[in-house]
Amino acid sequence: MGVRGKVLGLTGDEAVAYAIKQVEPDVVAAYPITPQTIIVERISEYVANGEIKTEYIAVESEHSAMSACIGAAAVGARAFTATASAGLAFMWETLYIAASCRLPIVMAIVNRALSAPINIHCDHSDSMGARDSGWIQIYCENSQEAYDAAIQAWKIAEHPDVLLPVMFCLDGFVLSHTLENVHTLPDEDVKEFIGERKFVKVRSHEGREVPFVLDPENPITIGPLDLYDFYFEHKRQQVEAMKNAKKVIVDVGREYGKISGREYGLLEPYKLESAEVAIVGLGSTMGTAKVVVDKLREKGRKVGLLKIRAFRPFPYEEVIKELEHVEVIGVLDRSLSFGAQGGPLFLEIRSAFYDFERRPLISNYVYGLGGRDMPPDLIMQIFDDLEKIKEKGRVDVLLKFIGLRE
Amino acid sequence: MSGEKLSLKDLARKRDLLAPGHRLCAGCGAAIVARLVMKATRGPTIVACATGCLEVATTIFPYTAWRVPWIHSAFENVASTASGIEAGLKALKRAGKLKYDHVDVIAFGGDGATYDIGFQAISGAFERGHDILYVLYDNEAYMNTGIQRSGGTPKYASTTTSPAGKVIPGKLELKKPISHIMVAHRIPYVATASPAYPLDLMRKVRRGLEVEGPAFIHILAPCPRGWRFDPRYTIEMARLAVQTCVFPLWEAENGKYKLTGVSRSIARNPKMKKPVEEYLKRQGRFRHLFTPENRHLVDEIQKIVDEEWNWLLKMCQLS
Repeated sequence: MGVRGKVLGLTGDEAVAYAIKQVEPDVVAAYPITPQTIIVERISEYVANGEIKTEYIAVESEHSAMSACIGAAAVGARAFTATASAGLAFMWETLYIAASCRLPIVMAIVNRALSAPINIHCDHSDSMGARDSGWIQIYCENSQEAYDAAIQAWKIAEHPDVLLPVMFCLDGFVLSHTLENVHTLPDEDVKEFIGERKFVKVRSHEGREVPFVLDPENPITIGPLDLYDFYFEHKRQQVEAMKNAKKVIVDVGREYGKISGREYGLLEPYKLESAEVAIVGLGSTMGTAKVVVDKLREKGRKVGLLKIRAFRPFPYEEVIKELEHVEVIGVLDRSLSFGAQGGPLFLEIRSAFYDFERRPLISNYVYGLGGRDMPPDLIMQIFDDLEKIKEKGRVDVLLKFIGLRE
Repeated sequence: MSGEKLSLKDLARKRDLLAPGHRLCAGCGAAIVARLVMKATRGPTIVACATGCLEVATTIFPYTAWRVPWIHSAFENVASTASGIEAGLKALKRAGKLKYDHVDVIAFGGDGATYDIGFQAISGAFERGHDILYVLYDNEAYMNTGIQRSGGTPKYASTTTSPAGKVIPGKLELKKPISHIMVAHRIPYVATASPAYPLDLMRKVRRGLEVEGPAFIHILAPCPRGWRFDPRYTIEMARLAVQTCVFPLWEAENGKYKLTGVSRSIARNPKMKKPVEEYLKRQGRFRHLFTPENRHLVDEIQKIVDEEWNWLLKMCQLS
């Protein structure tokens, strides 16, 4: 199949900005924060040079960035923003509002540790803190995936069965500031893939079927006071939308494969066939881990890897399907849930296997906080540990810290 | 139609865009203000509302009192939400996807949303120059949560977080000069208005919509519950505030101050200016000032009002 487009040398941030240029959203409202800055700088340049007609709002804070996206999306515009760390934390209130008003906003998160102490490097505390906000979350392994996610996100968010905002996450500095070859699509292919934003019909208070958008001819009220008589039902609808998103993410990923040659799903298994021990994780570290798996496989060790792409909605059934034959699972978390049994990904994976007949041994490895490096030899150590657990037949220490001075 | 040509006769015929049946209190100043503001709209309009009395009492799901497209996002972000609406409309128009030639965007915020928690968002939106009309309905405290002091609460008013106690006689700080701060943003139009003078109010709203760029209208919204007066006297309070020069009526187009209505008459004929006592004594929130030991505080308020009025006269080049 003939896939068109150019290969460009881009950093992760540039890849995102380039994809957004091709999508050409109506509104970009953003506030600069390391390591997301390149995204907003590039988009500003595209606007300044007349390459895109996007209305760029240089807001005075991330709280206003998301608020402006809410206003823009409510009036029918496509709205994009990008942030990291404290910026995402500052947005917290409006994240819930965007999701609960069912506004298909798209946001790039360039993962960075949260203060205090202040730290500009990568971990996943920022986006993991937002995992219950009602946003779809997609984690990217490399700049290519970030580019591809920045295009697919719109189609997922705006799908009538979903209507939820999407955040796609790329690791700060590791991806955001690192040059990679990125296969890009021609502008027209991106535009055609995305299409025009469509609106579902709702019944207005005047009793008419009207599009779900702020339109003076068809007035509706968005964001009313909603008390114990209806709030719960609205939350239930969000649960349903998130469920629907699973199929939509897969469908959109398949459709995207047809125009790009790169197909995406909810997760990506790597050399899991006949694997006895496996690592589960997300983000850029999975790229390094794949190299480690290759090396160990060469030595005849039965190891594999499962990369989670969609963290919300979480693909429980798919995880079990991929890992059902694996005896020991090591879950890699790049964030903490203080006071919990383990990191956020660990809790999901462990919970997924609760109803499964044969429960594998599952161990949690927290790594890379505040940008601490995760070189291949550390991943190698995890595989060694998993094999030891397999021999012993039990997990002695549930939560281990990797690459930490104790 | 320009702001100068609006007539009460025409406006009275116009369908209310804030429908009756909402659950704002009897005598609520905010309800009157919102209704008058919406009467002065000139075409397709979208309203954004900050969290507060106006929002909670007009849109209790599944009901709404708004006959225009309306959105509430949060407490502190109505200006940035309105920024997004305006930018979205602009982009859609540029792309040929907007079916209207122009859509007006109005943001409503109470004093909490404007003086305090949402101040940054307004300042940002005004600096960026969005073509929005921001309406501050000022009931001078956090009325929605039960009469707590705000940056808009006047000095010595008793609220539930600045109660008049045995030692402290109510709020000790001055009311923040919010409208002058907005003028300092160098936006095209800033005005004050009172529901006691509806035509003046509606003309200013219309003017605020007509100018290109941000406009800010500060409207006093007496609150019977919070100010402690009988609901039948809402308009009388709004009138006394102007007649005593506690809340003068003015507008500043491109930074040029001009008194309007009764305030202009008072400037011409200072004898018309009523003592602040006539305003204060009618309200329970100032009751503690009328004891022998606190009498001097009334004099102090009079002095502050006089100074601010004289400053305003200077700004209007009337003294």
